[in-house]
Amino acid sequence: MTRHAGVVALVGNPNAGKSALFNALTGARQKIANYPGVTVERKAGRMILPSGEPVELIDLPGTYGLAATSPDEDVTRRVIMGEQAGQVQPDVLVIVLDASNLEQHLVLAQEVLALGRPTVVALNMVDLAERDGLVLDPAALAVELGAPVIATVAVRRRGLTDLAAAVAQARDAAASAPPNPRPVLTMTERRLMARTMARGATLSESSVHRLHARIDRVLLHPWLGPPILFALLFVVFQAVFTWAKPVQDMLDALFTAGSGWLRNTLAPSLARDLLTDGVIAGVGSVVVFLPQILVLFFFILVMEATGYMARAAFLMDRMMAGVGLSGRSFIPLLSSFACAVPGIMATRSITDPKDRLTTILIAPMMTCSARLPVYAVIIAAFIPARQVLPGVGLQGLVLLALYGMGIIGAMGAALLLRRTITRGAASGFIMELPKYQLPTVKDLALGLWQRALIFLRRAGTMIFAVAIVLWLLLNFPRAAPGKDQVDASIAGHIANGLAVLVQPIGFNRDIALTLIPTMAAREVAVSSLATTYAVASDDDAARAAGLGAQLKTHWSLATALAFLAWFVFAPQCMSTIAVTRRETNGWKWPAFMLGYLFGLAYVFAGAVYWIAVAAGLG
Amino acid sequence: MLWQPRRVTLDELPLGTPARIIAVDWGKLVPEEADRLRALGLEAGATVQLAYRGVLWTRDPLAVEVGRMTVALRRVHGRAMQVEMVGATLAPVAS
Repeated sequence: MTRHAGVVALVGNPNAGKSALFNALTGARQKIANYPGVTVERKAGRMILPSGEPVELIDLPGTYGLAATSPDEDVTRRVIMGEQAGQVQPDVLVIVLDASNLEQHLVLAQEVLALGRPTVVALNMVDLAERDGLVLDPAALAVELGAPVIATVAVRRRGLTDLAAAVAQARDAAASAPPNPRPVLTMTERRLMARTMARGATLSESSVHRLHARIDRVLLHPWLGPPILFALLFVVFQAVFTWAKPVQDMLDALFTAGSGWLRNTLAPSLARDLLTDGVIAGVGSVVVFLPQILVLFFFILVMEATGYMARAAFLMDRMMAGVGLSGRSFIPLLSSFACAVPGIMATRSITDPKDRLTTILIAPMMTCSARLPVYAVIIAAFIPARQVLPGVGLQGLVLLALYGMGIIGAMGAALLLRRTITRGAASGFIMELPKYQLPTVKDLALGLWQRALIFLRRAGTMIFAVAIVLWLLLNFPRAAPGKDQVDASIAGHIANGLAVLVQPIGFNRDIALTLIPTMAAREVAVSSLATTYAVASDDDAARAAGLGAQLKTHWSLATALAFLAWFVFAPQCMSTIAVTRRETNGWKWPAFMLGYLFGLAYVFAGAVYWIAVAAGLG
Repeated sequence: MLWQPRRVTLDELPLGTPARIIAVDWGKLVPEEADRLRALGLEAGATVQLAYRGVLWTRDPLAVEVGRMTVALRRVHGRAMQVEMVGATLAPVAS
């Protein structure tokens, strides 16, 4: 990165429009990483001063005060004070205020100004304030605060040049004058002052009926709100599966064609196989989920940007409270039905660390889209397509039961975890419901781009490495000519050991062997079983049908049911493990997750197997 | 007979009735949550209004308007806050 002539930080309450201002000031060149040692996102970008000098702009996590109550707020405080490891103290602070909520936002502003650091105030979202019938006087506010105040509308790019000029001026002025701390007031005093200052800066205030109150009357209606939420979720899920499908098929075809082309061009060798079967197949099996993740994130970002997300949390809070969580856990868990990876990434919005950890630990139990291919093959092969009730098929019921078991398991685990390992203060639910706003295309596009990058970077590193290791396990040592490679491989030997372990739950050696490569991703089970039973066909449909017939001759119904039950809980997804490691900053919690979920899977599969055998289905 | 504004806890306040917070029993709340409520301006002296209450038959959580902001909180938090209705009818107090 180029050297910067200084560091500028954005500080403000949540919902002050900080991120929009950050995007408007920096454009697409942003660096997102974690602060060392904590899972708090560090967003940095380059802002150009009127002189043409670039400075580094950092977007600090939103906070209500410098007495931190969450890891995010703690980082904000430490950066401002210059105590955060690996981060230079910002030369200039930009306090971002929501113009239509000055009484509240001026409380933090006074606390920051009292530090005496070079500071500029951005009076943001003045357009929304005007919409609410509020006319403000930035000059009057500047006199009261004793700091320059610039009116801005980040999403319309209004006031940005003036803001940059004020930042440059503050930086240059600070160079010639020592810091100038002011008397520190108590929170109550600051609040009283904020009220007075807000009144002083208000030119006129008409009682235009606020738009958001009218929308909330419908969306938060005790009887209308929940059905509207569920209808919306239904649309989201439809979109995740239907919109993403064509792109997903395209990507899949691309990877297949790519490895086919390599296979035909390169001379047969181990290196070629490593490239096609290890690298391309491994990374490809994960990258095909990118379209689904993007569609899901599109909806999540829209819901967040418009302000609806907080309402969804409000509507779901009561239900989540039943298992010791809060409304904030709802969206991450919902996302996990598409894929646990974006779900776990979405837990960052949960302020309480214990709440967040619990949500991460139960997220993999939500039935993700990668389980569907496995469920589909087994159900089609073993469950008769019989009508139970008019319009209700037995196959559909089994699928529904598998989804249901995941949810029940997750809720049970949450209850248990909250009483034991993640026990803590009653997880409360206190959250601001932001004003409704139209999202901008640019902010949405940037958000999606960043999600895609994070996902692909992981596919390119962690998943890449695991794919190679799995391939090595399956291909070494080499088998003698005429002997089966898999039997000779390390994986084959592991499978022999594993077979003893999984025999009590009705799994045969073929299943044990399948479970090893399936550690990469659940849907690998299908192709792996196909290989094991030597069902060769390039056409997916024909392969699935052929595989079904093979499975029926090798497995009992009880074994098939146990196999389904296993996949409800088994954490066979290296992406989930990798993202858990990243989000919890260490191997402790992913290891715990692996342990308890495999334990649950083992017990549940075993129970299903023995009940089925007792019922005469063995 | 002495008359004074009606006092209830915040969770019992009728929807859409402006009221002033008279006292908060911070001891009933977890310290972090007390800090968060204070940071959002929910403390003695604030003027509030209950905007929405819970989903379906439950009366939890609450959406409280404080200043120009709407804050969601749980009933337990509301129960710790004594409010006095502003400009509402006076209620008799036994003297």
